[in-house]
Amino acid sequence: MEDDRALLERLHAGDENAFEALVTQHHGSLRRVARTFVRTDAAADDVVQETWLGVLRGLADFEGRSSLRTWIFRILVNRARTRAARDARSLPFSALETDEGPAVDPTAFGADGRWSSAPARLDGDPETGLLSAELRRHLQQAIEGLSPDQRAVITLRDLVGLEAGEVCDLLELSDANQRVLLHRARARVRTALLPLVEVTR
Amino acid sequence: MRRFFRWRRHRHDPLVCREFVELVTDYLDGTLPEEERARFDAHLAECDGCRGYLEDMRRLVGSLRELPEPPPDPATREALTRAFRDLR
Repeated sequence: MEDDRALLERLHAGDENAFEALVTQHHGSLRRVARTFVRTDAAADDVVQETWLGVLRGLADFEGRSSLRTWIFRILVNRARTRAARDARSLPFSALETDEGPAVDPTAFGADGRWSSAPARLDGDPETGLLSAELRRHLQQAIEGLSPDQRAVITLRDLVGLEAGEVCDLLELSDANQRVLLHRARARVRTALLPLVEVTR
Repeated sequence: MRRFFRWRRHRHDPLVCREFVELVTDYLDGTLPEEERARFDAHLAECDGCRGYLEDMRRLVGSLRELPEPPPDPATREALTRAFRDLR
């Protein structure tokens, strides 16, 4: 928010570099989030374009009551919903999906509820503390395999890095639903990566 | 089976792995109630499998945050900058 204030001043003063930096920072994330609402890349591009035009129109009146980022994503979600409704081809976004399956395949556990053998590990990269480069290459595909609502939540929380409360507001989800969707989404991404892992038992 | 499992176990029993994995997201968000957090930590201290699982989820979340975003193509970027300039 502190950074926001300086950036806003520059934007209000017409600083093109500041605007270009803003676009560079958020464009990719906006596109990812838009894509969870609409079915095609082209539609997502339209939505992002409309979002930036909305940002330009609203900028003079934006007073910084929310963070700049939250404000931009709110515009995006509104535009994306409108577009999805117009295309009427989007999958319904709702928390109606009963999403209660376990995070881990139940056969991984014995009758006592403990791992029947040590769970397979995802390969890490010791230098970065992240997943191995090989696994990271498959993350995008794993996310695309999620249901639209799981995908929207994991994108906003983990890829964009918004707080739980912000995501609840943006997607009109209850706190409990947001948590379940995120939990299931992460677990499914892990499961999708497991076949790529060399199992050593 | 699940129902039986729930009925049999009590709130104060130590966690088992099957329960642990369902609490990982809340744990990482820091939203576990204190008592559950203590059971989570106690299990973590004694279970290599769950320590590995938690570490993997941390890696996974960290990696998602670092997924590269394709930059806007130059034409889009230029069109947006022009629109910004035209505001004034």
